[in-house]
Amino acid sequence: MLHTVNKSPFERNTLKACLAHAKPGSAVLLIEDGVYAALADTAISPLIQQALSQVSVYALGPDLDARGVAKKIIAGVKVINYAEFVDLVVEHPNTQAWL
Amino acid sequence: MADEGGIVKKFMFVNRKPPYGTIYALESLEVVLISAAFDQDVSLAFIDDGVYELTKGQNTKGVEMKNFSPTYRALEGYDIEKLYVERESLEERGLSEDDLVVDVQVMNRAEMADLMAEQDVLLSF
Repeated sequence: MLHTVNKSPFERNTLKACLAHAKPGSAVLLIEDGVYAALADTAISPLIQQALSQVSVYALGPDLDARGVAKKIIAGVKVINYAEFVDLVVEHPNTQAWL
Repeated sequence: MADEGGIVKKFMFVNRKPPYGTIYALESLEVVLISAAFDQDVSLAFIDDGVYELTKGQNTKGVEMKNFSPTYRALEGYDIEKLYVERESLEERGLSEDDLVVDVQVMNRAEMADLMAEQDVLLSF
């Protein structure tokens, strides 16, 4: 299953809710304000670092670039483009958009 | 208007949202620019995710949106020079003053609270 998260982890509990429901082996894609969760050395980073042992975590590059934060990504989080976003959707049987 | 004997009030714009995900950050900036026309005592506070509005190196080509971060540097030209950023909000996000696009005054949460308490009008975005 592919999960997408589009809210800032500092403002909403969307990421936490997603990670609590993401089964091992599933994929979590951070988009829009959700990409702030992909950044290293923040109060939220440990949450993603822990999740990485169970799920694959991706962040959408154009959203990171827009926010000026593309340089400080947590090791293990894969940065992808729009075409690869489409590939992820195709590869997984279903998608849940956490809003 | 101050010259004409008008009343000058202390206005603070409190910015708590990141840019681009919602329209709040851009709308705040629009109202700040409008407020410059009224010769009031205007300040901007950036707390919580609002500090993300000021990050250097924003490149919005890929998302096809307007990059409005350079506008914060133009505020000085409108005599809006009081930009306050909360230290705790920066630290929670692994950011420092060097990561910001414009010169600001960094202060702690208690100092920010004091500053808010002395305002006449607070506008929240």
